[in-house]
This record gives sequence, structure tokens and C-alpha cells, in this order.
Amino acid sequence: MPIIELLYLISIFLFIIGLKRLSHPDTAKKGNLMAASAMALAIVITLFYPMETTNNNYLWIVAGMLTGGSIGYIAAKRVKMTAMPEMVSLFNGLGGACSMLIAVVEFFNIEAGSSMLDGQIITILFALLVGSVSFSGSIIAWGKLNGSLRDTIVLPKPQIINLVMLLAVLTMGILILLQDGPNHSMFLILLSLCLVYGVTFVTPIGGGDMPVVISLLNSFTGIAAAIAGLIYGNNVMIVGGILVGASGTILTVLMCKAMNRSLFNVVIGGFSGSGISSGSDREQIVKEATLGDLAIQLKYSGKVMIVPGYGLAVAQAQHTCHELELSLEAEGVDVKYAIHPVAGRMPGHMNVLLAEADVPYPKLLELDDANQQLASTDVVLVIGANDVVNPSAKEDPGSPIYGMPILEVEQAGTVIVLKRSMNPGYAGIENPLFFGERTKMLFGDAKDSLHKLINEINNA
Amino acid sequence: MDFIYQFISQHILMIYILSFAILLGMEVISKVPTVLHTPLMSGANAISGVVIIGAIILIRRADATDYLMLILGFLGISLAMINVVGGFAVTDRMLDMFKKKKR
Repeated sequence: MPIIELLYLISIFLFIIGLKRLSHPDTAKKGNLMAASAMALAIVITLFYPMETTNNNYLWIVAGMLTGGSIGYIAAKRVKMTAMPEMVSLFNGLGGACSMLIAVVEFFNIEAGSSMLDGQIITILFALLVGSVSFSGSIIAWGKLNGSLRDTIVLPKPQIINLVMLLAVLTMGILILLQDGPNHSMFLILLSLCLVYGVTFVTPIGGGDMPVVISLLNSFTGIAAAIAGLIYGNNVMIVGGILVGASGTILTVLMCKAMNRSLFNVVIGGFSGSGISSGSDREQIVKEATLGDLAIQLKYSGKVMIVPGYGLAVAQAQHTCHELELSLEAEGVDVKYAIHPVAGRMPGHMNVLLAEADVPYPKLLELDDANQQLASTDVVLVIGANDVVNPSAKEDPGSPIYGMPILEVEQAGTVIVLKRSMNPGYAGIENPLFFGERTKMLFGDAKDSLHKLINEINNA
Repeated sequence: MDFIYQFISQHILMIYILSFAILLGMEVISKVPTVLHTPLMSGANAISGVVIIGAIILIRRADATDYLMLILGFLGISLAMINVVGGFAVTDRMLDMFKKKKR
């Protein structure tokens, strides 16, 4: 059916152009719509093109589409902006699960006694591997992000466990290929091994590396979809999946670059809390800021820089933060935001949050611009950020984040850190900034503290 | 060796498509402002739900009485559909915010 292939080609074009447009601010919304209509077109073609042996079973298809569609729609409408990263991670896992299910069904469809050493069967096994690793890995990432799985679950010697798991998976795969026919129980063992591998793959990767992991798993799901496409020789699946695989990989590499680490280092090394705390145990003094003094100091500053982090997202303080910015601007203070590329739990997480609170674009400074302006800044407000302002990334070669570019806030006149407690950040690394000479701490929930601060400023 | 040689010659067109798609994906994405990283990742994630096509083909081919296959296929379609619809809807919501702010 050449006409079908041509229609699929249109869908592929729409995917490519949609993705292209998604990467520019002005065209992003249209790009997303384009990609969505490409998907709709591909689905409609697939529903109705004539096949040699069909039972169609439309009832099952429609039921599945309605169920999934409504769950997805409601979840997307209800999710809070702050919970976006784990939502994406969860969605991603479900896509991987679909590839996994396809691989399972197709393997069980292989006729008994057929030759196993066959491109089609190798493809099925790959779809199973990538799909199920992406599924269980994303579920773990989801749990880690929403806080139900903390980094306290530490696997002993994760590198060795992962190597053993990978070898086990590969051996099992090869064993299946060497059988005389499809061996279902061996296949199910392979499936379980793959699922466990996804878990052991993501579990040791903790803290600051989560953005990288989501991005990586996202590209896995794309690759899984492409491999599943190979099973059916379906070009939309192949090209669509590979597009995601490639773009996810690029995004992952961008993230790693921002942290000055290699992908290998992130996956194998992990921060894993093994605590190479080369920091001395000298008694260190923390100075607490008082609201009244702080309000006056802010009010009479020329330039204030706000450094948001995940704490801002957790406290849902983005609107309050914007209010503070407005109050200060009313007093003639120049307020800017310094956005570290890996602040939060996802690339661009902070941008999305601040956009939700109507903070204008030009106020958001990227890493290099922000660092240039920090020296001439009077007060820096660090709201729920930790690792991205940790000076040991520059000074302490023993620190796990050594070499990661940071926001050099200690150049500024005064640094105010809003934090719930003295607990170390998500990556579990001690932060000497908090003991700095010009640093003051303001403990408490970020939203609450900001509210009080705004009141003080307006009344002072 | 024979097997690999045979595989390559049988699938040469597929190998071309794969290679070009990889190149294309890398080119399309290479320059993205950080502001768009999250929406882009989310949008790309929705596109990876294209695996739903496979699940549809699978069900259309299935025997009408093969309930195991139908149920697995149904599950596959539901999960992928959550990925697709949820993914695009969430991306749209995120992008709405950027627009509002530009005024």
C-alpha cells in the first residue's frame, strides 16, 4: 500500500518539524501541536490501513485508547507545576512498559521450532531489554523524585552489581538465541532480570544527577519505541523513536557538560553518598539573619540576585518570590534571578516555575551572565538551592562535585540562605558557603519566610 | 559471519533510515535555550509514545479469542496512550506559561 507509506511520511515530517519548532521559544507551542497532530495522524492511519490477516478487534483498541487517554489527560491537567519532573518520568516509564509488552507478546507469538538465530528475534530481545530497563528505571526515578524513595537505600558496590546484572542479561539473551525454539520460561527470566537491572541501574544514582537520569531514560524509551518499530518494519515508529533517542542523548550530554562530568562518570560513579567528606571537622559558626534587619538591608540595596533551587519548588514559593521581587522593585531595587542549568530536578525546571509566576524573561540570567554580575551585587538570596552554590566545587578537589561550574555567590556583598534546616542538600554534600563570613542563614519554609519578609519590607 | 552479512544485506535500507534518523535527531535538537529544556524533554517524551502504533498493529492482528494477547495489547495501548496524551497536554501547559509571560 504505497499511499499508506506516503501518509506515514507526512506524519514523520510533522514529527520532525514539530520537534524543531519545540526548540525555539516563539514556535514551541505550535511545534507541540504539530507533533501531537503527527501522532494523531499516525494513529488513524494505523487504525484503518488494510492488512492481510485482520480481526481488527476495534473494541479492545478503542477501550485502551479511551482508558489511557483520559488517565493521561486528567493527570496532565491536575499535576502541579512543581511535580512536573516526576510526572514526565512516570509517563516515560509507561512508554517503556508498552515496548516491553509488545516484545513479550511478539515472543510468545513465535512458532515453536522456528530458528532462534534470527534478526527479528534479536530485535524482540532488544526491545524487551531497553523497554523494561526504561520502565523500571523510570519508576525508581519517579519514586526518588516524589520523595517516596530516598537516597538512603544504598546498594553495596553498585558498579559491581550493575556489571553482574548486565552480564547476566546478555548471557540470558544469548542462551535464548541458542535454543532450538522459543523458550518461554527462559524469556520470562530474562524479563525479570531486565526489570531488576533497571532498578539497580537507577537506585545508586542519587541527588544532583536526577536530571541527567530522566533525560537518559527518556532517550531509552525513544530507542525502545524505535526497536519495536523494527519488529513491525514501521517507519513512523522507527524515525519517531530514534528522533527522541537522539534528542534525549543530546540533552543528557548538555546536562553532563553543565556539571562538568562525563556521562560515564554519572552512571558509574554516582554521588552515592559514600561521603568523601574531605571537609575538616572544625567547629563552624552559622550566623542567623533576622527578618527586620534583612528587610532593611534588602530595601536599601542597589542590586539583589535571587538564586532559586529545588527548595523553592518544594515550598511552592515561586509566586511569593515574584511578589518579593515586585515589592523590592517598587523600592527601586534591581532584582535579577540567577539560574543554574541543573538547579531543581530537571533541566530548565526553575525557568518553568518562574514562568508560572509571571517573572519576565530578561530577569532570568544564565550561569555565565549571572557570575559576571554577582561581584556587583549587594545581596544574594539563595532560596532552597545548595549544590549549585557550593564553593567546594571550585576549591576542594576531594569533593564529589569538584569541577562543576557553580554560581559564585560568595563574590556578592552579603549572601542570605533560606533553608529549612542545616541538612546537606540533595546530593548529601556539606556546603562551606553556609559558614562563610558574609553568609547569613534564614531558617524555615521558603514560602513562609518570604511572606514574612515581604510584610517587613512593606511595613518598614 | 555469514549470518551477520546476510542480515546487513537484507536490511540495508533500514540501516540507512536508522542512521539518517539519528543524524536528524541530533541536528534538530543541537541548539536549545535552557528555558526550553523541560518542555522539550516532555514533548520528546510524548513523541516516544509512538510505540502505541506497535500496540495497535498487535491487537489488529490478534486472534479474536486470544484473550491473553488482547489483554496485554489493551494494557500496552492504555499505557502508551497515557504517555502520549499526558505528555502533549503537560507540554502544552508548560508552554502556555511562557507565552503569558512574554507580554
